[in-house]
Amino acid sequence: MSKKLLIPLGVFIVLCAFLLVGLWRDPREVPSPLIGKPAPAFTLAQLHEPSKTLGPADLKGQVWLLNVWASWCVSCREEHPLLVGLAKAKLVPIVGLDYKDETAAGKRWLAQHGDPYTVSVVDRDGRVGIDWGVYGVPETFVVDKTGTIRYKQIGPLTAEALEQKILPLIRELQKS
Amino acid sequence: MLAADAVPTEKDAVAASRAVKLSEKLRCLVCQNQTIADSNAELAQDLRRQIHEQIAAGRSDDEIVAYMVARYGDFVLYQPPVKSTTVLLWAGPALLVVVGFAGLIHLVRARRAEPEAPPLTAEERDRAARLLAGDGGKDLA
Repeated sequence: MSKKLLIPLGVFIVLCAFLLVGLWRDPREVPSPLIGKPAPAFTLAQLHEPSKTLGPADLKGQVWLLNVWASWCVSCREEHPLLVGLAKAKLVPIVGLDYKDETAAGKRWLAQHGDPYTVSVVDRDGRVGIDWGVYGVPETFVVDKTGTIRYKQIGPLTAEALEQKILPLIRELQKS
Repeated sequence: MLAADAVPTEKDAVAASRAVKLSEKLRCLVCQNQTIADSNAELAQDLRRQIHEQIAAGRSDDEIVAYMVARYGDFVLYQPPVKSTTVLLWAGPALLVVVGFAGLIHLVRARRAEPEAPPLTAEERDRAARLLAGDGGKDLA
């Protein structure tokens, strides 16, 4: 067979390889530019005690999670049992960011599904969400002792992501 | 009185058209094939509000775009920036055209270089003439 005929075949195989890899990638997962950057500051009222506030500055010196949730968010229910389990293990403080939600609805939702959060804060109009680059609730951030964002999970947590990525990362960060 | 009224309106119109132009440049991350100008997703509405507020606060277009990129990454730009990682994306189509033309020219030249068919012998010429005249090659049988 002529060597020239092998060229289109080669091009075709390379194209197929690209398409095949593309099949396994999720176009909804946009890499966050915030990884490795300081967690954006905020001071928000707490869901259960609106007179008190909380912000990343209050959590300096410990590894913590920020989980963005809302009572209207359907896939938050999917990941919720995992968060409740994680809270029981008392590994890290889990801060809930109640994103664009009604306070009453948020409280009701937590009463109904269980409250894994050390504290939940209310981002009524979604401004803090924008600062954190949130675009698909639920999202989960891992913040280290210096207040730097180290990991972001877009969409619901999965047992796989928790065991293979998030928990090992938390342990490593807590050691340092 | 009239002039005093007209001034803020004109300013508003400029600000509004700037806001529209900016939101046409930015991608809605929820519905990824729409700009935030086209999309009615809540996030798009919030980002449009951000643009309006920042224009009102006197920030430049570049500053507002930088604000969005800092939070959502280059993906938020509907037109990706030219960088080392996107060179192939930008140069790819032109490169394909160049490669295609080079291939075409090569092919045409190769065809031209092929020797033409050898001229007919007198015998063949006779046969061709008979065939054309219609008494198709009786003597060949």
